[in-house]
Formats: sequence, structure tokens, C-alpha cells
Amino acid sequence: MTFAQKILAKKAGLDSVDVGQIVEVEPDFCLSHDNTAAIAKIFCRIGVDKVKCPERFVIVLDHTVPASTEKYAQGHKEIREFVQEQGILNFYDAGVGICHQVLPEKGFALPGKLILGSDSHTTTYGAFGAFSAGIGRSEMAVLYATGKIWLKTPASFKIVVTGSLQEPVTSKDLILKIIGEIGADGALYRSVELVGEAIDAMSLASRMVLSNMAVECGAKNGYIAPDEKTLSFLEGRAGAEYTPVYPDTDAEYEKILEFDASTLTPQVACPHTVDNVVSVDEVEGTKIDQALLGTCTNGRLEDLRLAAKILKGKLIAKNVRMLVLPASQEILLQALSEGLIETFVQAGAMVLNPGCGPCLGAHQGVLAPGEVCLSTANRNFKGRMGSREAEIYLASPSTVAASAITGVITDPRNAFEEGEA
Amino acid sequence: MMEGRVWKYGDDINTDVIFPGKYTYQPMEPAEMAEHAMEDLDSSFAKEVKTGDVIVAGFNFGCGSSREQAATCLKAAGVAAVIAKSFSRIFFRNAINNGLPVIELKDGIDAMKKGDTLSVDFENGIVHHEGNEYHFLALPKEVLSILEDGGLIPHVRKSLGKE
Repeated sequence: MTFAQKILAKKAGLDSVDVGQIVEVEPDFCLSHDNTAAIAKIFCRIGVDKVKCPERFVIVLDHTVPASTEKYAQGHKEIREFVQEQGILNFYDAGVGICHQVLPEKGFALPGKLILGSDSHTTTYGAFGAFSAGIGRSEMAVLYATGKIWLKTPASFKIVVTGSLQEPVTSKDLILKIIGEIGADGALYRSVELVGEAIDAMSLASRMVLSNMAVECGAKNGYIAPDEKTLSFLEGRAGAEYTPVYPDTDAEYEKILEFDASTLTPQVACPHTVDNVVSVDEVEGTKIDQALLGTCTNGRLEDLRLAAKILKGKLIAKNVRMLVLPASQEILLQALSEGLIETFVQAGAMVLNPGCGPCLGAHQGVLAPGEVCLSTANRNFKGRMGSREAEIYLASPSTVAASAITGVITDPRNAFEEGEA
Repeated sequence: MMEGRVWKYGDDINTDVIFPGKYTYQPMEPAEMAEHAMEDLDSSFAKEVKTGDVIVAGFNFGCGSSREQAATCLKAAGVAAVIAKSFSRIFFRNAINNGLPVIELKDGIDAMKKGDTLSVDFENGIVHHEGNEYHFLALPKEVLSILEDGGLIPHVRKSLGKE
């Protein structure tokens, strides 16, 4: 059986499940964020007073923090009252970080767990060997009431990545390449398992980029087998006991795809779809107005380090605004102690609080008509970051940093050569 | 049998263009959500959509964010069904959970144009369009029962004996 079959069978209390089989399961952990205000209202309509198993629910305020409008503030207030009333102790208020960073840091993203979240990037925890997928708000409200949900067992793809990434090419370039090749629906409704020497060599932060963006090619989850690195990250963090789940060696995959990391060039997703991917040289010279470093995709310490390495002692271009949002307080503190934040500020960037920032167009640096943003985020849909007349390009932290300096989309490999000379 | 007028769109219609992110964390009644339906894709939609209209689209309809308003706003706008070559999984669930029928249709979509009239025979799984019949697979019974109850919340209320 594949990973998806094994974990869904285990959660459903069955010996095995077939692809396409619908099972009723109880997730181990459930995530919601600023949308909890709306979920709590739906929950009230069900007619159940108390949340079943409040210890399973993790709520992180991150999408519109700190509140920039009275309406957002009201939503946050209602969430604080709801968690209090319902005894939900796993509550992380504004400023702690982006949910997809906070859950791993606080030890909820565990191997062999079933984690569902009312956020499409819940797939991120696949990097820890969890089965994790996005659901809707009504489904989360029903999980509050009953603790149960139906899931269909997906078919699986195996993606084998050979070779090794050559700095400053990162796992972001790899996942953009994969999405560009297979398309926005290339793994629609499939469980994707990522394997190979390039994956083995990656840090957990790099692996999280792959699982985070697996949803951008339609995947239900993006699993990476837990290894020594996973276990050592979880030491002292794991919030529950866990047993890793691995696919059988004779598991049946609908497709096996191969990619070579060694020959990979920096990749850029062009407006307005994530699968509109080209090698950086094809868009070099495109003028940018804003550079964004952060989000649940690329706001981790290694991302900040890589960008700071390029920005150290340099200034960002005169007509460019650069926003830096560390993905969590923990990362912000580490970045401060390493002097990375100083590097960003000296380069002329704005450093904002941990949170989702302008990624989804709600606040903190949205775009005017005609403006161009180069972002480390995971989506470049029309209107996503403000005006529908704006354009969003997606790239790695190194490409974003190198481009912030020049004011145009720039191959980070050149920035590195100059920096090292 | 349901008859409706077609709104036609392409592949990979994402939930950001169906319901923009800037409204996603604002409390809104469904009627107000309907005013923003398809705002960043087709500004004529919210103004001209009529109850009973049908959206017909290509592959991967509803990809992107899990925002449930993408389904709620279409339902509130009066859309009777979304017919597409394929759906993104979260949108698919959200639609059913809001009582919005979703039909995965392999054939015929390319021939359907904006303003055409088509009819859907849910019982027998057939879409009728300009004299042609296109067959679709019925939803699994567990899923169909949610749709038949008018969405997930009424379905769960029923199962808990609240209705």
C-alpha cells in the first residue's frame, strides 16, 4: 500500500483500503486561523454546545495580524472569546507566526498523524511524514461538533528527485519546475510522495516548501518519509507520541516522475498561474516594484539567511519596496541574533511582523494597478495581492533578493559570483 | 430535470478570482458574497447572473485557496450547478457542503458556449445540450446524501437528530 492507503486504513481501523474508497476518520489535529470566527458561527448553527475533543484543535491568528481594520479586530476578538469558552488551549495569538510554521514549531506536525486544516496549504506537514490536507470551513465546524469527517483514498504519484541542488538554486526552484512541468492540475486529487537523494539531502525547511506547494499542482498531500533529520527536529518539540508511517516497497503508483536537481536553474512562475513557469533567464530584466520575502512557503531561517547573504552590504534599488516577513517569532528571534534583520534594514527593506502579510491581498503591502511584485509566496493569481491589474511573479528567496538589488528580475547565480569576487 | 443558461469559463479558474482574498476575512452574509462573485474574472457576472444559471468550465475549477465563500457566493448568486472537466478537491467538497451541485463532465464542454441553454437530468446522470446527451457519473452515495440534505450543516443536524 502507498502512504495514503496505509495511513487512511490505520485511521479508519481497517487492514487495508483501496484507491477510491471512502473512509470515515478522526483527524489527530485540526488547524484553523483567522477564519475561526466564521467557523465558530457555522458551529453554532449545528446545535452542539461544546467542541468535542478541544485538545485536537490548533488555532493560529496569522492572516490579518495585527488587525488593520475594525472588522478584522472584531473577528480576532470573537476567536479569543471562542477559544476561552471552548477550552481550546492550543491557541496562538497574533504575532506568534504563520500557522504552517507554528504547527511544526509547537510539535503538532508529526509523522504518521492525520492533520486537516481549513487552509489549502495544510499540505505543508507532509514534510514531516504526516497526511495533511485542506478542508473547508463548514467541515471544520462539523469536526468541532463530531470529531469525524469522510475522506476518499487518493491514488498516488511518486516523484523521484535525483542529483543535488546547486546553491543558490533552492527547493523553491525545484517545486516550481515540477509544477511547471506537470501543470496546475498535474497531480489533481493525488497523494504525492517525494523521494530521492536530493530530498534526502534537504533540510526540513526546504522539504516544507515542496509539501507546501504540492497543492499548487492539485495534490491532496505531499509526503516525505521521516528520517533522522525529522526525528531530531521533533526532539523536545513533539506534542504527542507518534509512529511514522512508510509506504510499502511494493506500493502501486499511478505514475512515477523523475526530476534532476543538479541541472536545475532558478525558476520563475509568471503571471497569473503557478504553472506558468520559465527559467529565470527568460524573464531577466523584467522591472519590479515590490519584492516580498516571507510567507508559509519561504519565510524560514534558511530563506532569510540566503537572502541576507546576497543583500549584505548592498542597497535595494531606488524604486523597489522590499518587504521581509519572518514566518514566526522563533525565526525572527534567530534572525535578530544572527544579524540578518540588521542586513535587511540596512539594505533598505521593511521588516514586518510574522504573519501572512500581503500574500493574500488583505493588508500590509498590497499592489496598485500596473505594479509588479516578485514574491517568494506560493500563488500569483490575478488580484491575489491587491489590484487585478497588478502582476505577481514567484521565485526563490535568492532570486527575490538578487532582483531587489537590481530592480529587475535577476539570475541570483550572477549575484553570487559578484558577491564572492 | 433542471434547465439553465450557461456562463462559460476556461481551465484553472481559481478561488481568488471567484471570491477575492480581500473579502475572505470579512464577515458577510451570502447575499453580499454574491455581489462579489467572479469579481476578478468577469465583472459582468454578478450583475447579470440569474437564478438557475449554470457555470461551465474546463479543468481544475476552483483551484487555490480553501475559502468556502467561492462556493457560497456562487450558490447565493443563484447558480444551479457547476459543470467542469475536473474540480479542485477542496472546492468540490465546499460546493457539496453548501448544496451546490458539481458535475464532472468528460465530454461536451468544449461545445458549450456562453448563453446556451442546457438541462441536467441528475437522476440519470445526463447533461442535454443542443440535441446531444453527455453522461456523467453519479456521486458516491455518502456524498450525494449531503447534497440531497441541502449541504453539510443540515446533513449533520439531521444525523444528530436536530431536525
